[in-house]
Amino acid sequence: MIESTRFGDYGGCFVPETLMAALEELEEGFRTIVPGASFQQEMHYYLHEYAGRETPLTFCRNLSRDLGCRVYLKREDLLHSGAHKLNNALGQALLAKCMGKRRIIAETGAGQHGVATAIAGAALGMKVEVYMGEEDIGRQALNVARMRMLGASVLPVESGSRTLKDAINEALRDWVANVRDTHYLIGSVVGPHPFPTLVRDFQTVIGRETRVQVLEKEGRLPDAIVACVGGGSNAIGIFTPFLDDGTLLFGAEAGGEGLEGRHGATLCRGRPGVLHGTYTYLIQDAFGQILESHSVSAGLDYPGVGPEHSFLRDKGRVTYRAVTDDEALDSFLYLSRTEGIIPALESAHAVSLARRIAQDLEKDDVLVVNLSGRGDKDVAQVAALGGDSL
Amino acid sequence: MTTRIVRAFSARTRPLLVACLVAGDPDYGESLAMMREVDRAGADIIEVVMPFSDPVADGPVMQQAIQRALSAGMNTDSLFSLIRDFRAESETPLVVLTYANPVVQRGIGAFYRDAGGAGGDGVAVADVPLEEADSFCRAARKAGVDPILFVSQTTSMERLKGITAKAGGFLYLVAALGVTGMRGEVDPATIGCIRKIKEMSSLPVVPGFGISSPGQVQAYSRAGADGIIVGSAIVREVGDRLGRPGEMRAAVGEMVRSLVAGMA
Repeated sequence: MIESTRFGDYGGCFVPETLMAALEELEEGFRTIVPGASFQQEMHYYLHEYAGRETPLTFCRNLSRDLGCRVYLKREDLLHSGAHKLNNALGQALLAKCMGKRRIIAETGAGQHGVATAIAGAALGMKVEVYMGEEDIGRQALNVARMRMLGASVLPVESGSRTLKDAINEALRDWVANVRDTHYLIGSVVGPHPFPTLVRDFQTVIGRETRVQVLEKEGRLPDAIVACVGGGSNAIGIFTPFLDDGTLLFGAEAGGEGLEGRHGATLCRGRPGVLHGTYTYLIQDAFGQILESHSVSAGLDYPGVGPEHSFLRDKGRVTYRAVTDDEALDSFLYLSRTEGIIPALESAHAVSLARRIAQDLEKDDVLVVNLSGRGDKDVAQVAALGGDSL
Repeated sequence: MTTRIVRAFSARTRPLLVACLVAGDPDYGESLAMMREVDRAGADIIEVVMPFSDPVADGPVMQQAIQRALSAGMNTDSLFSLIRDFRAESETPLVVLTYANPVVQRGIGAFYRDAGGAGGDGVAVADVPLEEADSFCRAARKAGVDPILFVSQTTSMERLKGITAKAGGFLYLVAALGVTGMRGEVDPATIGCIRKIKEMSSLPVVPGFGISSPGQVQAYSRAGADGIIVGSAIVREVGDRLGRPGEMRAAVGEMVRSLVAGMA
């Protein structure tokens, strides 16, 4: 590897030797192809003409009145596909195509990344196969149908907890066996180097736009930004352009049943270790066996987290807090009824933490929430959980 | 100081059989009994897998065995007891194969110290490539344990130089693109890889992954392999006979005896 593979102590490339050639090839493509004018031109076309960037930064009148500060939503829910995942899927699929790969594999939890990859594959004429845990297939039926309609194959994963973690295991196994013609399109800022940097760079468009938009609307930078963190790609995407400023940054982790029960709050309750190619905070036992995480939201149901988040946590630059399933469900309905915007359950975690943070803000303070995705996919699940009668 | 592994390869008169079992599969007692059975049946080196919950380099047979062992309570403390119990009755070289996290959680130095202290001779970590190997290799050398590193047909010449400079004991050659599991075929790229390594390094080269047939053993040893590693084919004999320990031991012993007979 040519570039630094670490964020402080975190990151690295803990993969079987068989994959190292592919990671070196990917790093080389990332370094030489992505900055080139023709790649950038293509990317601009796909992001703007095709995916619908830029996404609005919406001033929310009702939310602002109710929470007592100036609240903005970064509307990644309005991106084609309904979530921020498409920024990365288009970028990596385009890179894979430039590198001569013919087949794309991906993992998905909530199905949003699977849908985004299926869309990118259809748009770029590449074959897509998506690994998805059986548990997630059950709770995200709408996205499974979308992937299939878009021409992708959905491969059910029956091992382990049958969720995102196990889908990543299977995708890595597939990649080891088919490394010559296949690109593994990882959906978050996780995995071995160069993925955490590659995915961050494709998602930073969120933060770059936010910065310009908030300066235009408020004439100053925001006081606080909130985003949800599973692997953490939408959070890194919006945080990155603000890291050197005074803006307070908050990550909302999956508190599940509460931190004494089952949860996915890796940075709040985990310890550093090695999983899926990277050294990062993990939910694990004393001997290093990975424990099953839990969240009402499939996209946050992961016992690891992107290594850069581990670095930002230790450095104290970002504050990470847990939001329980119940709090997220409450905020799902709160945003729907207050602003007429149905958030993804993942994004509802960010909304919930924003409501908590707003209590410490003044009337003129500016609070930005990254609304990473829309909630259509979760409507049936929330209704089944009794959310429609709240 | 040379390890039992180094001595075994320098004394070899035929390719060596590295027989693999999952530590604690199906439980501690049976696992120890099976290690002894494999030893009696003539395995030259025994490789025990320390289970990890997310074994990305392993196929279904090994995954299931790892799951059985973890469900029966296997952990790194009991791994070292198991090695100690085995070592009390045998001088056969013993290698631990695991993943990075169980090592990192014990403390890299402590893991290698405990492995060496219990009577282990080598440690291989499936998800530690050259880039991450420094601290693991240093700890191994300090503990008098061979740091066994992996090579594969996708490994470049430049990487190969780095790997052979750091590795000890033998080179674990991943003989098939993919995960562990029986395949039955000879991979021409692996044959080429064995020849390439033999030209540049004096370390023994031992292919594993997907090897179970006498034909593969012949082909790889003709190309210069110093031994072969058989894992899933042996571990499957365990999984097929759960709850029947007598039959399990007999089948595993029979498998190893027939493999050894084919090594001549």
